[in-house]
Amino acid sequence: MRYIFEPGFFASGPVHTALLVGTIIAITSAVVGVFTVTRGQSFAGHSLADISITGGSGAFLIGVNQFWGYLAFGAGAAAFMEMIGVQRRRGRDVATGVVLGGALGLAALFLYLGTQNSATTGASFTILFGSLFVLTSSTVPTLIASALIALATVIVLAPVLLLSSLSPDIAAARGVNVRLIGAAFLMALSISVALAAVSIGAVLSTALLVGPAATAQKVARGPVLAMITAAVIGVVATWLGVLLSWDSFYWRPQGKSWPVSFFIVALVVGAYLVTFLKPERPVQPAREHSCSPA
Amino acid sequence: MLVELDDVGVRLGGRQILQHVTTGIGQGEFTGLIGPNGAGKTTLLRVILGLQEVSQGVVRKSGTVGYVPQKLLIEPDMPLRVKDVVSLGIDGHKLGIRFPSRERTALVDDMLTAVGADGYKNARVGELSGGEQQRVMIAHALVAKPDLLLLDEPLANLDISSAQGIVTVLADLSRKEGIAVLLSAHDMNPLLPVMDRIIYVAGGQVAAGTVDEVVQPEVLGALYGHEVDVLRVRGRVLVVAGTGLVPQ
Repeated sequence: MRYIFEPGFFASGPVHTALLVGTIIAITSAVVGVFTVTRGQSFAGHSLADISITGGSGAFLIGVNQFWGYLAFGAGAAAFMEMIGVQRRRGRDVATGVVLGGALGLAALFLYLGTQNSATTGASFTILFGSLFVLTSSTVPTLIASALIALATVIVLAPVLLLSSLSPDIAAARGVNVRLIGAAFLMALSISVALAAVSIGAVLSTALLVGPAATAQKVARGPVLAMITAAVIGVVATWLGVLLSWDSFYWRPQGKSWPVSFFIVALVVGAYLVTFLKPERPVQPAREHSCSPA
Repeated sequence: MLVELDDVGVRLGGRQILQHVTTGIGQGEFTGLIGPNGAGKTTLLRVILGLQEVSQGVVRKSGTVGYVPQKLLIEPDMPLRVKDVVSLGIDGHKLGIRFPSRERTALVDDMLTAVGADGYKNARVGELSGGEQQRVMIAHALVAKPDLLLLDEPLANLDISSAQGIVTVLADLSRKEGIAVLLSAHDMNPLLPVMDRIIYVAGGQVAAGTVDEVVQPEVLGALYGHEVDVLRVRGRVLVVAGTGLVPQ
């Protein structure tokens, strides 16, 4: 055990905070991620993550907690995506590309100014790649509340989201306001991306959102099982990531911890790759004739 | 009447898709919505569903409508099993958490048996063949006990025996449960034994009635705005364009 849990792991305050917040963020990201993947909105999730870099670096520049920057820019971008609508795919791709480029340009400026004006080193690194170990304890209740809001929204919307994924026309014919539901989901997605940005950084947040969900989709057949599988993968990757990052301080050459985000993302991607080792399920033969009731 | 259309017209992007459509669907009737591709069949179904606004005329509906769309936007690895899809048909349009219950499971199982899809209730929908998906979507639409079932080209892209299987299932359910069926198709022949009425669409206009009333050279010729011949071969019907020559 001594070599698995290096000294001080269980006594450390930052470790407790990292495990608590990391767990809740992992569950939220995974559940929101399952719907992101089934709705084919992984790219939207990634775009929100890119734009939240601008928000995070801007918040750092004016001395506000980065979570609010991630959230404000993510939600703003989600509203914009909803506004330009889903009707014109090509127009949407071009507009997204231009907006993303502009946002990342601003992020470069904010990070430069922010690191010039302040003595804080590693701020750029934290915004881009996150760290569960540097959470300020005052933000913890906010993070947990935001996560619960996003999680509850998606769970309440779940049947309608699945029906709209199956066929938007059926949902609309049964009286669902497909557009309103889509907008509500995008808002939950932007909260979830902001949280993942806090956990593993804005650049890597897509990994925590899409990775566990993509893995779950390959192994679980039903929607509830997919959500549970994704949540378990996200939580286990977060816990192991925190542990390995702590332990890495004692690895040779001693005295430097590897970033926790690296371990979380490596484990999430590793789990996804493992699913490819499983042989593909054989295509089921047509049973149309034998099942005919005639 | 479950649905009544009175002088309905639809314009889309400056084009007149439907005009002067006056017809209706009665309780328990099996109606074929027949016409060539691009004639306006899907638009007419969307009007009845309330998904397409009309630019002219009145649509009156009484009773509930189930819908089986032509295409599903489903990837093979989407985590949605056959029984999940049918369960969504019960109350998937409502918000909230669903807990499994014995009644729900029994309702889903009975419906899958009724359409002959009970053999693959645990398979993912995205992995099924076209004919199997059609059966599942029919179960999805019928589990909410609609008065009228609309199906958009359910026989397209099916092999002959799968198509026949779907028609048999629909005719049985229509007769047993008293459900009205409106089914669009470009070929009327698989439906001839089961159709009570036909709504023929061509050139944005419709002619409705029994097959014998509607499938006549004069009626269809007026719709197409071109001379047509109606050939009857061993109980089947072929509608072919005329040569433009004056008939003997």
